[in-house]
Formats: sequence, structure tokens, C-alpha cells
Amino acid sequence: MSSTVLFRRGRVIDPRNGVDGVRDVLVRDGKVVEVSEALLPVPSSAEVVDAAGKWVLPGFIDLHVHLREPGEEGKETVLTGCRAAVAGGFTAVVAMPNTKVVNDNAMVTELVLNRARAAALCHVYPAGAITKGLKGEELAEMGELVSAGCVAITDDGRPVMNASLMRRTLQYATMFDVPVMVHEEDLTLSAGGAMHEGAVSTRLGLRGIPASAEVAMVARDLVLLEETKGRLHVAHVSCEGSVRLIREAKQRGLRVTCEVAPHHFILDDRAVGDYDTHAKMAPPLRADSDVLALREALVDGTVDAIATDHAPHGVLDKLVEFEKGINGIVGLETALGLTLELVHAGVLTANRAVELLTHGPAKAFGLPGGHLAPGAPADVTVVDPDVEWTVDAHQFLSRSRNTPFHGRKQKGRVIQTWVSGLKVFDKGQVGQSKESR
Amino acid sequence: MRHLLGIEGWRRDELESLLDRAKAHLPGGADTTHVLRGKVVANLFFEDSTRTRTSFHMAAKGLGASVLNWTHTGSSVSKGETLLDTARNIEATGPAAIVMRHRSSGAPHLVAKHVKCAVINAGDGTHEHPSQALLDAFTLRQRWGALDGRTVLIVGDVRHSRVARSNLLCLRALGARVVLCGPPTLIPPGLEDMGAEVTHNLDAALPQADAVMCLRIQLERQEQSFVPSTREYARLFGLNAAREERMKADAVVMHPGPINRGVELAPAVADGPRSVILEQVSNGVAVRRAILEVCAA
Ligand SMILES: [Zn+2]
Repeated sequence: MSSTVLFRRGRVIDPRNGVDGVRDVLVRDGKVVEVSEALLPVPSSAEVVDAAGKWVLPGFIDLHVHLREPGEEGKETVLTGCRAAVAGGFTAVVAMPNTKVVNDNAMVTELVLNRARAAALCHVYPAGAITKGLKGEELAEMGELVSAGCVAITDDGRPVMNASLMRRTLQYATMFDVPVMVHEEDLTLSAGGAMHEGAVSTRLGLRGIPASAEVAMVARDLVLLEETKGRLHVAHVSCEGSVRLIREAKQRGLRVTCEVAPHHFILDDRAVGDYDTHAKMAPPLRADSDVLALREALVDGTVDAIATDHAPHGVLDKLVEFEKGINGIVGLETALGLTLELVHAGVLTANRAVELLTHGPAKAFGLPGGHLAPGAPADVTVVDPDVEWTVDAHQFLSRSRNTPFHGRKQKGRVIQTWVSGLKVFDKGQVGQSKESR
Repeated sequence: MRHLLGIEGWRRDELESLLDRAKAHLPGGADTTHVLRGKVVANLFFEDSTRTRTSFHMAAKGLGASVLNWTHTGSSVSKGETLLDTARNIEATGPAAIVMRHRSSGAPHLVAKHVKCAVINAGDGTHEHPSQALLDAFTLRQRWGALDGRTVLIVGDVRHSRVARSNLLCLRALGARVVLCGPPTLIPPGLEDMGAEVTHNLDAALPQADAVMCLRIQLERQEQSFVPSTREYARLFGLNAAREERMKADAVVMHPGPINRGVELAPAVADGPRSVILEQVSNGVAVRRAILEVCAA
């Protein structure tokens, strides 16, 4: 059944195609058909979206999401994760393999893809494990994972400590041209640490994780990357030293990309406050100088993508002593508002902010979408840039509520999300409209 | 009702009035057995500390309270039973205060957010040990009257010491200058932000000090190579007779105990005329009575 939608007179921001201005966008049968400065005639049976005063954007792409299925469905499922995603304006997410049955074989990949198909909300791209069981010992069958649909391989959640194994991973992956996504943490430096090592950890008497735990591993992997001519993607970059090394590696032409999570460019280690476990994550919230360095790197192109590292956890996982608190926060439903804080502060242009959520991640992983040229998937996010609202964790569509941003005032919010030309989110409501299917 | 989660959060005048009150609780002072009569003080110790627990116990008894002792050390807390479960069970007995020792920094802060009674931190992880700092400050005030303009040198494993953090905050609040000394591996970053001066050279720092507080070296930390050996530690940071000669004539020596004799303190110094170590212990009960009075009465 064909469906036609006309987004009328919105501000279209499409960084890949150099578009920023009021346009009509016509989509049909899941593809973009035309983007026009002039008013387009309304085709018969078209649904018209009055987007005057709104932003019409390529759907957001999140390279780093934990959907928790299979194994921890009490925290999140593919379905609830997809609901949270589209509520946050994301039309595609990359699902991390560290589920309770690890995605290190095609059966798990297929299970995730089947659940995603059943959810029928947004695109879900699984990432496969680098090593069997994430143990860091033996390579998982990368060829099988890629042919089953994995778009990247990663042991995210933990580093590959064995340098020789990491070297072989980068070499082997060149056969499939998938990015090797790395969680950079030297476990001998971070051991026992609960937060960033600095004045705040000293005051609170918490064991610190020095920035070198990340930077040293980034340095190691860039050396291996250069030697292997592989493709490296550094997940959740948190500190100045990493940014400096990645910037320099890019200038030398190495195939390295990286992402930064909103919490790392918004908060610093002072957010831990009185042992607030909602500010506990890996890598930890860093010093204010790191936050500034991340912001610079978002501006100058060192960072390819804003990725949420959406990490749902139950209430009891956080209601414990800080040292015992589990790492991670949910991020899908707060990412846009936090990114726009940088736009309102004059740090990022709207164009660059959108690029970091759309074309940047698409390009880093070679995914479809992320732009709105004719022929592109009709994945569209409509944003009201002016609406003021307050983050309310109780309203999250994610199954989990772990966020340090509850109660934070935001300006700008997703009002509609369209995937393959179908409306999957509309003013707080998730679901495909029956008529359009 | 007031919590004592740390020295942090207490103003100078509040600390001073608490220390002034403690004087009345010294042996031979006024009869204070009515202060907490009919009330319960719960001692909740997740980490063994006979000294601190006994001191709080005696303080509570001396104020007429009944004491509920709950000790659960090591891994014996049953699986799945959380700190908050335990705290809420204790709270159900209706105590006026929970005195709490825990191996995790911030554990008393978590409990304080979820119970209605006062929470008194008797040492949390490597964070604070406020009652120790208060009794140390009390001991120094006994000697000097006021702490303004005095220099206290704290020597040892500052990184893992809750005594050092609480003393730094308390002594600074009361007007003293605080110098911290130890090998760089045992000095965490950012202490200057808390008002400390840092040095790694004990011999250079000693002549300026009006008091030298030696911290206990955890011998098991050697495994993690914070220092090569206790022998080398003693050579570089131990307070021995030769170093004692570099001290000001009237400077005092302190130690929160228990002492590794011959490591952080030579026996002759620990038992010598400068030592106020036994005064620290005996002042502990009076200061803790004042704490209970302020927080729980
Ligand atoms: Zn992750």
C-alpha cells in the first residue's frame, strides 16, 4: 500500500546535502521523493504535516544503545527500547552485544532482528561481539555475525585488554569492512575506581579512575590501527587526551571515528554531588576541562557522532552505596534536549548539532539514512525548537528511569518521528497509524 | 535532630560550640545521665572497629541511652540484603540516632536520605571520620586554647585515610594551617582545593609543625605497591628520635591508633613526652557524648 506524506514549510536541516531553509518535503512509499523551496502541490491522498515553525530533520541515528534483550527484559526490551528511541527522535539504533546471552553468534543477532521487526518502530542494527562471551580471549565468528546483519563489532562494556588480540581483530575485520568499536579502559588503571580521579573523588573519598585509563588505550589502539589499516570507532570518548589523539590520527588519515555521549558534554564530575549513583557511568563524568575539550571536538569535526550509550537499569541497581552502584544512564529520550543546550549556548550551530545526530553517525558506520535527498529513506524527525519542557523520568517510554536529568528544564523537543514514511511517534504517542500502513 | 555525616557541612561556630559542650562531658563534669534517658542509640557497624564502637557505646550509656549493637562485618550480610534494608530494620526499633561505620564512602549519606533519625558517621570508607577529627581538635584545643595560626602536619597514607580528610576539614575550619605529607602515590589530587598544603619531604616540613599527626599505614596496601616496603616507608616518613629533634620544642605528636610501632612512629616517640595519644583516646568519649547530645537529644 502506498503512502504519501508532505511535510509543509518546515525548516529543513540536512547537513549532508547542504540544505538549511524552509522547504516542502514529499515522501512516498518509504522514500524521499522531493525537497523543494517552492510550495509543492498536495498529491491526492497525501497526509500533510504542517511544519511551519518546526524543524524537519533526517531521523536521528544512535550508534550506541543497550536494549538488554535477550536476558534482562526487566530493564528494557527491543520493543521498549525502540519506543524510547522514536520518542527521542531516533529512527535507527545500533544495539550493543553485551546482553545476558551475548550477541556473539548469528542466533542472537537474528533474535534481535526478529524482535525489531515485530516492534516495527525503528531500524535496529545489531553489533556483534569481538570475542566469544565478551571474555576477551577468542575471536567470535565475525564473518557469520556480519552476514547475519551485524554492522559493527564490539566488546562494549569492557575493553579488549590483550593487545595482540586487538591487533588481530583490526586485521581480521578489514575483510568485512565493519568498524571495530572499542570501549577504552585500561582495567589496571581503572581497577576499583568509582568515578573520575580528581578533586571531587578526593573530597568524597572515592577511588578514582584517572583519565589515563582511557587515553592510554586510545593511544594503543591508534598505533594498532595505523599498522593494520583497519577501521576503528572509539565509543563514548570522555576526556581531553583521547580527543587530542583522535584529532591527530584523523589529520594523518587514519580510519578512526568516535562518538561522545550527551552526559559527557553536559555534566562534569561535580554532578556526583552527595554520592548520586545516577551520575555513575563508565567512562565516568570527567573534569570541567574535559567537558570543554569535548565541546571543542564536537565543533571542529573530531567527533563524528553524538551517541547516547543508553543504559537502562532497575531502581535497585542504583539505590545502593555509590561504589556498588551499577554504571550507566538512559539517554534516548534526553539526547536532543541536551544537544540543543549546546546550540542555545552558542557552542554548536543547529546545522552541526543535526549533523552529529544524523549524517555523522550514518557515515561512521556506513548506515542508510541520515539525510533527506530524493531516494533516501523517509526517516524524518520533526522538532519543535521553541517548546519548553521539563524532563520527567516517570514519563519515559523506556522501561527504566535511571537518569541524572530528571527535573532538568529543556528547550526544544521531538514532536513527530517517521520511519520509512510511517508515523511511529506523534506528540507523546507511539505507534504506527493504522491508516498509513 | 541533626546528622553528622562529615565535618563537611558544619560551620566553624557549630564545631566550636560542639567542642565547648564536650568539656562538660569530661570526667568530673556535670551529671549528664538524663540527656538521652529513655532513648535508643543504634550502633550499626559493618566494619569492625572495637575502639570507635566502644567509645560511642560508652558515650551513649553515659547519657542514659540504651544501646542497640548491630555488627555485621565482612561478607556475612546475606545476599540480596541491601544496606537500606538493614538500616530500615534498625530504624524500626525507633532509635534517636544511628551511629554507623561502613566500608563504602558515602554509605551514611545514603542511609540518611532514607531514615528519619539522626545518622552519625563513625567512619565511611576512605571518606570521613568526623568524631575522630573532633576529638583530635578537642585535644589540641586543650593544649593551645585556639587553633588559629597553628600548623598541623599530617603524615602518611592520606589517599586512604578518612581521618586525614576529616581532620583537614576540621582543623582548617578552626583556623589552623594543615600540611599533608606522604609519598605521591598516597596523596590524591585536589587536596589544595580542600585547603591543604602538600609536601613529600617530611624533614623539611617538621620544623614548622606545632603538631604532627601520624596516620596508620595499612600494611596490606604494600601488595598494591603504593610504597615499596614498610621499611622504606619508615625510612622516609617514620617519626623517629632523630626526626623528633627537628620538631619545635613544644610540638605534640598524635596518632589515631592503632599504631604500627617502628613504622609510622618509633616507640620512644609514641610513648614520649610529646605524645598526646592517650589523651586522644580518653577525650573520645566526652566528644562523642557531645555529638550524641547535639544530634540525638
Ligand atoms: Zn555501552
